[in-house]
Amino acid sequence: MKKVFDRIYVALILLFMYVPIFVMIVFSFNDSKSRSVWQGFSLRWYEALFNDQSIMDSLWLSVLVAVLSAAFSTVLGTLAAIGLRAFTKRTQQFVMTVNNIPMVNPEIVTGIAMMLMFVVIFRSTGLLQPGFATLLIAHITFCTPYVMLSVLPKLRQMNPHLYEAAQDLGCPPVKAFFKVVLPEIMPGIITGALMAFTLSLDDFVISYFTSGSSAQTLPLVIYSMTKKRINPKVNALSSIMFIAVLVLLVIINLREMREEAKNKGVKAKG
Amino acid sequence: MRGGAELKKGTRKLMSPYAVWALLFTVVPLAMVVYFAFTTAQGSFTFDNITEIGTYAKTYGVSIWLGLLATIICLLLGYPLAYIISKFKGMSQRTLVMLIMLPQWMNFLLRTYAWMTILEGNGLLNTLLGKIGLGPYEMINTRGAIILGMVYNFLPFMVLPIYSALSKMDHRITEAAQDLGANSFNVFRRITLPLSLPGIISGITMVFVPAVSSFVISQLLGGGKEMLIGDIIEMFFVGNVPDYNVGSALSLVLMILMVVCMTVMNHFDNSEETGGLTV
Repeated sequence: MKKVFDRIYVALILLFMYVPIFVMIVFSFNDSKSRSVWQGFSLRWYEALFNDQSIMDSLWLSVLVAVLSAAFSTVLGTLAAIGLRAFTKRTQQFVMTVNNIPMVNPEIVTGIAMMLMFVVIFRSTGLLQPGFATLLIAHITFCTPYVMLSVLPKLRQMNPHLYEAAQDLGCPPVKAFFKVVLPEIMPGIITGALMAFTLSLDDFVISYFTSGSSAQTLPLVIYSMTKKRINPKVNALSSIMFIAVLVLLVIINLREMREEAKNKGVKAKG
Repeated sequence: MRGGAELKKGTRKLMSPYAVWALLFTVVPLAMVVYFAFTTAQGSFTFDNITEIGTYAKTYGVSIWLGLLATIICLLLGYPLAYIISKFKGMSQRTLVMLIMLPQWMNFLLRTYAWMTILEGNGLLNTLLGKIGLGPYEMINTRGAIILGMVYNFLPFMVLPIYSALSKMDHRITEAAQDLGANSFNVFRRITLPLSLPGIISGITMVFVPAVSSFVISQLLGGGKEMLIGDIIEMFFVGNVPDYNVGSALSLVLMILMVVCMTVMNHFDNSEETGGLTV
């Protein structure tokens, strides 16, 4: 009896979470501007979406910024995580406090703080006019802390003597790093890079304050669309994004499960 | 043997690019906020921006109140959910966690927009209610709609940390308590709840901070009728009559409020944890 109640509760919450998404998907196929009355199946909003140059441009800009900021922040964060381990405990704590600032600070404060700095720099030197460069800098800044946080545990788990042993056996430091350290912490680096990519792709608040009118990412364009109220193109766009994410997550999860099954098999054999 | 000190020095250098980056783009911008908060547009020192904040005391109050309500609702809905999910076995547990996370991967503007279309005056809900002869009700542009938007967007932030605390729990402890004759209410109150407290604490901060400082949800679902502190800050920075100085002062106070709230929460967490160990 209690089990039944549990299941109903979970189902109700999931209903609450998914009803808006399904409503949106259904009405993205509606043959009318109405978002409450069904008037027949149509793909017109999808057609309108793909013909909307500003949306397509912003999508590419978003992907470009996400790829670049993921790449930069992964390198920056991984190097920092490795370097951090050579410092004293107190310095490490201090660095981690600074590292945490963009993660715990309200996003709007991070956004306006960077905006202020870019404005000051632009006014006094004419450099860094709000646009692509400022957007990229902002994204790298809020992505790197997450890379650091996902690489550090892997470094902690690693046997520190491996790197020294490789060098004692005559491996030059740089080669030892690529041959010994990097493969060990790779899972952390990949997680960090993926997180940076998705955070950057999804960011609205910080981009809103740091991008200027010349660099409109997809979330910024979506925001201006929602302000104009009726626009079923938004529904079509949301549906596509939802399905894309769903497929991606299912693939990732299946892969993970297969790997886990494989590991279990190895353990059982050993 | 290679010199350990030399190795250390070399390794430390790897930290420097990020150290410079964080100094330039995390620390300096915050220093700018403080500087602007205490200066006039001409750059001379002043307390006027800080005193100006008094005008917005009510806005802070409303933001904190709505944020608090959203956090409480998230906790009341999220805790049982996390608890139930942690009781599920292997595959279904994994699927449920994924289902909770999935909407989070869709841009929050789109999710909020979806609620807009449901709650609108001639939206889906009112249309459906109209068919059975009810309404139309005014659902959008109310405080309730803002809280709904916050709960909808931030609920996973509450569920996931609590779930992770509960699933890490050693079930032998609860079994031992049951063996020793504790009823299920006592097992929950004396063991499960204290052990999941770290999850609750991080859930509360993860919902409260973005809820209080949100500005889009109130615009889309509140129709701009109810200004939250995030809306006011946005107005001062990108509105028609920008005033970076007052905006900075408001942001500074918001930031301090959040830091205080997090410190209080963390303190509560620590004292409870040590208390739990001594009992």
